Amino acid sequence: MNLEKVVFGFFIILALTLNFGFFLGEIDNPEHHNVYELFAAIVVNLIATVLKFGDRTQTGALLLATSLVAVLQLFAAAAVWAYAVNISAIGMDGMMMASIVSLAGGAMLANVISVVLLIADTVNLRR
Amino acid sequence: MDKVLFLFLRRMRAPLLLLMAAYSISITGLVLIPGVDDQGETWRMDFFHAFYFVTYTAPTIGFGEIPYTFTEAQRMWASLTIYMSVIAWLYAIGRILGLVQDATFRRAVSQQAFDRSIRRLRAPFFIVCGYGDTGGLLVRALLRRRKRVVVIDSDQDRITDLALSDMDYHVPGLCADASSSARLRSAGLHNPFCQGVVALTDSDEVNLKIAITVKLLNPDLPVICRAESMDAERNMRSFGTEHVINPFETFGDRLALALHSPGHHLLHQWLSSVPGSDLPMPLYPPGGRWILCGYGRFGKAVHQGLTREGVTTVIIEEDPEGTGCTRDCVQGRGTEADTLQQAGIDGAAGIVAGTNHDTNNLSILMTAHELNPDLFMVGRQNKDDNGALFAAGQVDLVMRHSEILAEAVLAHLTSPLLPLFLKLARERDDDWANELVSRIGAVTDERVPELWSAPLTPDAAPALLERLRYEPISLGQLLVDPGRREQQVPCVTLLLQRAGGREKLVTPDAEIPLHPGDRILFAGQPCAASRINRALRNPQALDFLLTGEDRPQGWIWRRIAQRAA
Repeated sequence: MNLEKVVFGFFIILALTLNFGFFLGEIDNPEHHNVYELFAAIVVNLIATVLKFGDRTQTGALLLATSLVAVLQLFAAAAVWAYAVNISAIGMDGMMMASIVSLAGGAMLANVISVVLLIADTVNLRR
Repeated sequence: MDKVLFLFLRRMRAPLLLLMAAYSISITGLVLIPGVDDQGETWRMDFFHAFYFVTYTAPTIGFGEIPYTFTEAQRMWASLTIYMSVIAWLYAIGRILGLVQDATFRRAVSQQAFDRSIRRLRAPFFIVCGYGDTGGLLVRALLRRRKRVVVIDSDQDRITDLALSDMDYHVPGLCADASSSARLRSAGLHNPFCQGVVALTDSDEVNLKIAITVKLLNPDLPVICRAESMDAERNMRSFGTEHVINPFETFGDRLALALHSPGHHLLHQWLSSVPGSDLPMPLYPPGGRWILCGYGRFGKAVHQGLTREGVTTVIIEEDPEGTGCTRDCVQGRGTEADTLQQAGIDGAAGIVAGTNHDTNNLSILMTAHELNPDLFMVGRQNKDDNGALFAAGQVDLVMRHSEILAEAVLAHLTSPLLPLFLKLARERDDDWANELVSRIGAVTDERVPELWSAPLTPDAAPALLERLRYEPISLGQLLVDPGRREQQVPCVTLLLQRAGGREKLVTPDAEIPLHPGDRILFAGQPCAASRINRALRNPQALDFLLTGEDRPQGWIWRRIAQRAA
């Protein structure tokens, strides 16, 4: 067993699971989506991105790309949240929540690809 | 992935992770710890404000407690935040600074900059391997002839010198072993604009490797090599190296030429020197008995050259057995008066100080000058730095290793017609050479002339070829000065080679008719080159040159002119 691989896999899968947890629930209901979960998802995604830095293989490049996409989407979701709570006159409403969750959903798709790549790479290595 | 970016990302992994950990712990704490708002009610900081607070606290900017004054618990957490995030930042910045100074990283950066400048090179260029005395001279001369150069040298100091020197064009320089095929490839071996490779390093071994690499990877590319031993020279020629230059042989040959025919020697020197420099003075070395100090590679080459001209020589050599010197040999260094007298200095016509030690050479020449002030003195200068000493010693002819090599290489790179012309010129007598030298001297204004060749091909001379279809044009018509029609532009025609190379006319007359496919070699001032080139390309300029009339070009004006006529 390789500790580096454990940490690497841990963060990539945690990024997906946290993302999924945030995404779960009615899309426009603010009570179903926790801001702490979004924060945790962003932090874990960032860490996963940095862990992928410096791998020169084709898979490594693709993994980094998926992580960058996920981080970008989550940042957008957080920015929309900050706008809704602090700047918008109406405050957080259903429409704002729906766009936050759909952005996070996009990030989740990228995270799914990332995990699939990770599994494919591991399976290839075993053969 | 990009090598530089890759290195950067890999080295920055730890500090970035630390920064992220510090930020996320700080933000989480700030969000969880309850505060009190201005109404006295319990209030929790949201993520946006927490992120804002950490963002300005971490780089020690510090806007204060926003949006409400902190409670004691929040202040405790804020102090922890400051220590954590500031230390993380310092660590990250320290890493970046360390990385920028890292030797590996800098090499990657310079290699990348070099690769980029080669990719962006959109003009014909030569690869010069070895930027010592010779390489430096050659690069400068090539730039003067408007050719671009890429330099490879294994010595970082020389590459730094190159970067600091003031050149007309940017010369990309790479510090690397030129005999490595990967390095030659990155210097543009496969670039379609590469015109040739010149191997000038100190080591025959390296030059050989460069030549064979180029011949295998890109056989069409011409290679010019420096070789100091016969063995290396033969080896290089065996696999088709275009030109192998042996500085010793070249000089022995030149000295023999100077003895045999001063006019030819001068012509040779004028045409192969660096253009724009002062014209070399004519030399008249006397015939008679010569003393040769040092019978190494240089001494042997000079001895051969002198013997061919029927000059008798006496050799002074420290180690006659080891150098294979059997007859007419005085043992000694030549720096002492008695050795020189033993060699018969009183009755000698000239002396060649040809050891590989500059100080000894100067000492030989000074001693010899005291014993016989009328001697013709030839000195071999090994190091460029000693130039001032040889100049002060009033030596009649100084053989500068680097200069001879650079001139010989330059002759091949300037135009393929030049070596051909020099070869054909050798067949003429000294009077012919003297006359040509005076003609060149008249047009060049006491500077070494520019040399250029004009091929009459559809690419280079479209206007002239079009005109040749209707009427014959002679060489003289092309050389008329458009400003003052009774005069010629300041240049001399050295050689005209007919298409296919079967007929070669040395210094052709003005009445010679031009044919398509001719290649002409000119020597003269740069302004003459641009005027002739203009006439070859521009139909109107050619028309004016031939007729002396400025004819209207547009359809309407042609009509009006016809009507008026």
